[in-house]
Amino acid sequence: MPLPAPRTNVRVVTLNINGQDLSAREDETVIELCRENKIPIPSLCWMDGLSVVGACRLCVVEIAGSPRLQAACSTRVREGMVVQTSTDRLRRYRRILVELLFAERNHVCSVCVSNGHCELQWLAQTCGVDHVRMPYRGVGYSLDSSHEMFRVDHNRCVLCTRCVRVCDEIEGAHTWDVMGRGSGCQVVTDLAKPWGDSGSCTSCGKCVQVCPTGALVKQGTSVGEMVKDQQFLSILARRRSNR
Amino acid sequence: MNLDDLADLAAKYRNEAQEPEIEVRVCMAASCQSSGAVPVLDALRAGCGDKPEGNCKVKGVGCMGLCSAGPLIAVAPPAAPLEEAVIYRDVTAEDAPEILASAFPGSTPVERLRCPTDMPFFSRQHKIVLENAGIVDPNSFRGYVMAGGYAAMVQALSEMPPQDVINEVTTSGLRGRGGGGYPTGLKWSTVAKMPAGQKYVICNADEGDPGAFMDRAILESDPHRVLEGMAIAAYAIGANKGYVYVRAEYPLAVERLKTAIRKAKRAGFLGNHICETQFNFDVEIRLGAGAFVCGEETALMASVEGGRGQPRPRPPYPAEYGLWGSPTLINNVETYANIAPIITNGGAWLAGIGTEKSKGTKVFALAGTIVNTGLIEVDMGTRLRDIIFDIGGGIPNGKGFKAVQTGGPSGGCVPEAHLDLPVDYDSLKTLGTMMGSGGMIVMDETSNMVDVARFFMEFCMDESCGKCIPCRTGTQQMHGLLDKIARTEASRTDLELLEELCEVVQATSLCGLGQTAPNPVLSTLRYFRQEYEQQLG
Amino acid sequence: MTLQRTRPDLPSKDKRWKLVNATMRRNGYAGHALIESLHAVQDAFGFLDEEAMTFVADSLDVPLSKVYGVATFYHLFMLKPQGRHACVVCTGTACYIKGAGALIEGIEERFHAAPGETTADQALSVLTARCVGACGLAPAVVLDGNVIGKLAVGQLCDLLAEEVAE
Repeated sequence: MPLPAPRTNVRVVTLNINGQDLSAREDETVIELCRENKIPIPSLCWMDGLSVVGACRLCVVEIAGSPRLQAACSTRVREGMVVQTSTDRLRRYRRILVELLFAERNHVCSVCVSNGHCELQWLAQTCGVDHVRMPYRGVGYSLDSSHEMFRVDHNRCVLCTRCVRVCDEIEGAHTWDVMGRGSGCQVVTDLAKPWGDSGSCTSCGKCVQVCPTGALVKQGTSVGEMVKDQQFLSILARRRSNR
Repeated sequence: MNLDDLADLAAKYRNEAQEPEIEVRVCMAASCQSSGAVPVLDALRAGCGDKPEGNCKVKGVGCMGLCSAGPLIAVAPPAAPLEEAVIYRDVTAEDAPEILASAFPGSTPVERLRCPTDMPFFSRQHKIVLENAGIVDPNSFRGYVMAGGYAAMVQALSEMPPQDVINEVTTSGLRGRGGGGYPTGLKWSTVAKMPAGQKYVICNADEGDPGAFMDRAILESDPHRVLEGMAIAAYAIGANKGYVYVRAEYPLAVERLKTAIRKAKRAGFLGNHICETQFNFDVEIRLGAGAFVCGEETALMASVEGGRGQPRPRPPYPAEYGLWGSPTLINNVETYANIAPIITNGGAWLAGIGTEKSKGTKVFALAGTIVNTGLIEVDMGTRLRDIIFDIGGGIPNGKGFKAVQTGGPSGGCVPEAHLDLPVDYDSLKTLGTMMGSGGMIVMDETSNMVDVARFFMEFCMDESCGKCIPCRTGTQQMHGLLDKIARTEASRTDLELLEELCEVVQATSLCGLGQTAPNPVLSTLRYFRQEYEQQLG
Repeated sequence: MTLQRTRPDLPSKDKRWKLVNATMRRNGYAGHALIESLHAVQDAFGFLDEEAMTFVADSLDVPLSKVYGVATFYHLFMLKPQGRHACVVCTGTACYIKGAGALIEGIEERFHAAPGETTADQALSVLTARCVGACGLAPAVVLDGNVIGKLAVGQLCDLLAEEVAE
């Protein structure tokens, strides 16, 4: 979905989240409002400043009167809406979703450069994942160090597509995209050639900074050293939309 | 142009065609072609040319329904329905002279090839969508007009304001035939109410459910009918551009559709100033490339736009924000094929057929271990038992019935105990399955239900687009567990985990494919739990 | 400021590029014609190689990674050359129930090519499809574009051997 155009005359609505009455601009989404009001909702693919894909499903919430769970990132606020963000059921679902993520690829924190600064690790802690009940898929993925500044380790990728979106929407290069389908999905640069050979990559490093895990990192970092800085994104996104 | 002009045109065509006394119709749908219908047609054509009287005509037609007995041939006076024809089954080219010799009234039909038309397979059907299938030549625009085609479109354009068209569709109670059963009239009026501007009409012919071939048969048998429905829809909602998204696995349907679009355009029934009115409507074909998920409407639109066929969150619905951001109406092939008779006969007519909440007829594809494999059309509310045992002829080889699977990978299995239920959208839902597009796979007592569930899970796993986690990895984990159960290596904990995964994937997936992926497991667990239990290690 | 877009020259004198280019021209070189263009390449050359994907990407002004993403998303697009004959085994529900699995195993045993593979001598590619809509003929196989139904494993293998030998 493209970024919505800024609206000039928006109305304000009031709604209730977890028993708390809140007011919001009608063009806000539930997750934006929760972030504003420090109401915790786990999320992975959503990022302020990037388009919404609704892929990680971690931000699903219960909305009174709706038979289905809704993703908070792709749901606009409505007048009189009653939202629950952390019921037992939701917590149970989120835990399984995080377990599924861990089981999908080879996430070994102790040897990861993002150890301690990883959003997936943090999610596991907040969702109470102390162990994973499903078998790990155990498929070996490659590691590409061909870029002079950065490295991509597909074993750590959660396919949140933040790199794809930041490269396309903010940098404008569209070097990254997703190939394949199902569990065969993988992020690729250009025609799935080594990153270092990419003709379209500007080496801006935005993809590395927005990556939630140790999949995209700087060269030369060792265990636990890769700290990401994502401040630039909201500033750039705001400048772009005000232009 | 008005209805009188159209009737004059049809009369002119009829005059020029010099209708023969008797027609020999050869089914040229994909299934019969594969069984060798082309040499039969050639032999009949060659033989017919020799006849000095010349009042016999051989023509290729669409699907007659009984695909397993192909190639099928019907000998009848022009425009006579299938029940009044002499039908021959399993015909070969060598049979041609004998068939031609006995074609005329008064002579005895070839008994050894004869397929009785008084059997329930023919007599219990009610053909609305398929009324032209097996009778008109799908490649002939004139044939369609002579059979009363395009009358509904001309009537709508010349006599009815768009709102009246929508009212008729709403009155008819027609619901989307693609699976969900969303009221068609409501969908149309939503798109119609969007501010005027660029709007699109899409026909979803990405029939991906394994075991379903209704849309294929409709497109191969009566492509103009679908185009007419789309044009009426476009007129009603204010669109001027349409796309038919067809699977590339259906080359014959694509070819017939292309021919139909070309001929309709040339005759002024598509394109600019249709039938000398101010209404413009252009149709383009878009080919799929082998992705089941593209049957989901937002994924289909992403594919029409040339991208990866991945769904996006709804709302916004396509009616509001569709193709390239414009309001878009998406309906299934069978839904569009229902439109013309609704306009001609009035919405109340269709509302008089079927059950309280499901109106009209439904085309089903019967397959699996059943005697009469093929395509049937029955009233909504027909009992499953009648469909399988009367029309379908029951289970072959003296085996017992075990279950019927409806709704493809999103549906479930119905066991013997529930066969007396009248089939409609809501009754199937209460059984934990769904109408889907209309595939019915019959399974006999030798089928292992864990195996069936694993088959469907493998399908969903392979066809998952990979966007959201529950579907991408959840289906894979579920498949692993089912595989473990099938190998009798699973424990009770594994079965519990399987059930929990079913719940999570159903509740959290982004699109319909993921949300319904656990259905085959849930429904087999519901009716055949003991089979799972027996296979636990 | 407007940037002039230049379209690339045809990669070689091979006449098939003209067919590909004609499809793109008919669609006004619009980005949304990507799938149609890839179909055109595959129809002309039998598979999509890097040269073709780059040519299509440059002609339609679509990022390379997007072309690759689309080409690998859809099952029908082949990134490797295919054998002289293609045998598609339908694995839809009806065919599955009537023994499509046995057909696949039989072919693998006799020709040493699993689904998705091509025999070493490039004679035969074995593929699977999710329902070709010929459930009345289950189990169905599409051999070089022709649907053949109701075959036993032995008959199918003999038929394939005959085709391959030609």
